[in-house]
Amino acid sequence: MTTAISASPNGRGWDCSLDGGTCLINLKGDWVGRTDGVDPKSPTRILATGARALSFDAGRLGHWDSALIAFLFDLRAAAKDKGVGFDEAGLPAPARHLLGLMATGPAAGSTPPAAVPAAPLLDRLGTWTMQRGAELGQGSALIGSLVLRGGLSLRGKAAMRSGDLVEAMFDAGAAALPIVTVVNVLVGGILAFIGATELRTLGAGIYVANLVAIGMVREMAALMTAIIMAGRTGGAYAATIAAMRGGEEIDAVRVFGIPVFDYLVLPKILALTIMMPVLYLYGCAVGMLGGLVVGSATLGISPLSFFIQARGALSDTQLFFGLSKSLAFGALIAIFGCQFGLRAGRGAADVGKAATSAVVAAIVGVIALDALFDVCADILRI
Amino acid sequence: MDPSPEPALTVDKLTVAFGKKVIQQDVSFKVAAGSIFAVMGGSGSGKSTLLQAMIGLLTPSAGTIRVGEEDYWAATEERRAQIDRGFGVLFQSGAMWTSMTVTENVALPLRMLTDLADPAIEALARVKLALVGLSGSGDLMPAALSGGMTKRAGLARALALDPAILFLDEPSSGLDPMTARRLDDLILDLREGFQVTIVLVSHDLPSLFGVCDDGVFLDGETHTAIAHGAPKALRDDCQNPTVRAFMHRERAPADAAGPTAEAGISK
Repeated sequence: MTTAISASPNGRGWDCSLDGGTCLINLKGDWVGRTDGVDPKSPTRILATGARALSFDAGRLGHWDSALIAFLFDLRAAAKDKGVGFDEAGLPAPARHLLGLMATGPAAGSTPPAAVPAAPLLDRLGTWTMQRGAELGQGSALIGSLVLRGGLSLRGKAAMRSGDLVEAMFDAGAAALPIVTVVNVLVGGILAFIGATELRTLGAGIYVANLVAIGMVREMAALMTAIIMAGRTGGAYAATIAAMRGGEEIDAVRVFGIPVFDYLVLPKILALTIMMPVLYLYGCAVGMLGGLVVGSATLGISPLSFFIQARGALSDTQLFFGLSKSLAFGALIAIFGCQFGLRAGRGAADVGKAATSAVVAAIVGVIALDALFDVCADILRI
Repeated sequence: MDPSPEPALTVDKLTVAFGKKVIQQDVSFKVAAGSIFAVMGGSGSGKSTLLQAMIGLLTPSAGTIRVGEEDYWAATEERRAQIDRGFGVLFQSGAMWTSMTVTENVALPLRMLTDLADPAIEALARVKLALVGLSGSGDLMPAALSGGMTKRAGLARALALDPAILFLDEPSSGLDPMTARRLDDLILDLREGFQVTIVLVSHDLPSLFGVCDDGVFLDGETHTAIAHGAPKALRDDCQNPTVRAFMHRERAPADAAGPTAEAGISK
């Protein structure tokens, strides 16, 4: 009795004929994985013939690669499961060699770890909460060391190198000037536009100067500069530190006994905290300049009267209020950047994740903190 | 080895340089199809730079590299990309993509460059991992692999597209002697099974003697190839003092001659 089935979609493949209990598989044509792939159903179809042993004829086999090996590998595994004999003798010698390689099983030292069963919901919730708690603890610890080491560094007793601080201050300050300029000029101009359209109808066009001055000094200069710096510098801090962790650079710092905080974190946080108020003041100035340009273009306010009006609207308290905001924002952005960098994983994707989280957290944090400042100011009637 | 008339790779008067700094110049050799060819030389001699030129990462400043009959660097970028699909590269560090599992690492080239259906891709990735002995580790992330396993996983990924030429950059570096030996055996087995041509960059003597049929020796001092032949033959017959010193793990001729303090103590 002879049954014959075949799977030859395009000239390559196999057909088999059952003779007695032995299934003779004719391999023919080219087996190229890249173009032809592997048909995962072939082993089942062959074994469905009811064969008790498999043998091969590779007489018409053309060029082959791992597609053939994958087919034979699956077929051999399926045959072993069903207790069907597998006679390799008809296969080309290299193919037999490769099959032999896979027979040895996993190499020593590569046994996979046992799968961890999924924990119940309550356990996972507990673990999650504890992890968040631990992160909060780490964040507080970072702020704690900032206060301690920062105090020491002011007296020149921390291990921070002054060169690092200067470099970080340049990065967080002078290098950021172009974008801080562009954004604050535009925001000042936008405030003036909004004011001009409304105030003109009341004949109170000159109060555009008040609006721009108070708007920039109390709110916008600090907020916009902080958002820019969160994206620009906070994200860079997180990415740099995370990449250093991945490359074992931080481990190298640590094993020397160099305090990681002094070397890596302190200069960054100090630099941004020091430079932020400076950028804020600069932002106020260029913002008002933007307002002045728009004000004189749309309402014909002369620069001198704009300046006098703005000077009258501002008080020291408002400037102090804006300065304290920018100081707090700078510290917050730098702390978030360093914190997310330090606790990042070690892969390439972890660097991206750390940068993203640092920027998002810093922007949300800055806006929330700004709201808090305003609530306090309202209560204190500043 | 196989006296194939058609070399898989022909390097002719090749010069590789970074800007004006010449790393190697006037290097010529032929890699016979189906052979395991060693690029040897001390640290800093420019082995890896030469490899970069061969796998398309660094444009040579002079000379040609022919893959089969075709001039690799004279080809258009699209054509080079096609030729590259016939290459498999194992990087020194493994260079596994850390954001995906080992299986996904092996499957990615198939997913990106072929039209195969998922089950076929999975079957091909599985068989490659089985070939390198990592059947059970496909779901692990690269960070969880040991040094030897990373090399094996990198080798499985290099095999993903069933390359005609396999480039291995220091496969045994960072491995203990037993693991390195197992990897050598695997390299021989894969050559035996897939009839693939292998270019192996290494300065690991046991590996070189154990697996390579032919090779070229690069000298970092003169910036050119100073010897051609199988590592074993170079060890036994080569008269060049640098090559002799390298193959016998002795001090470089210049150091040995100089009356340095270290030399005095250890003798």
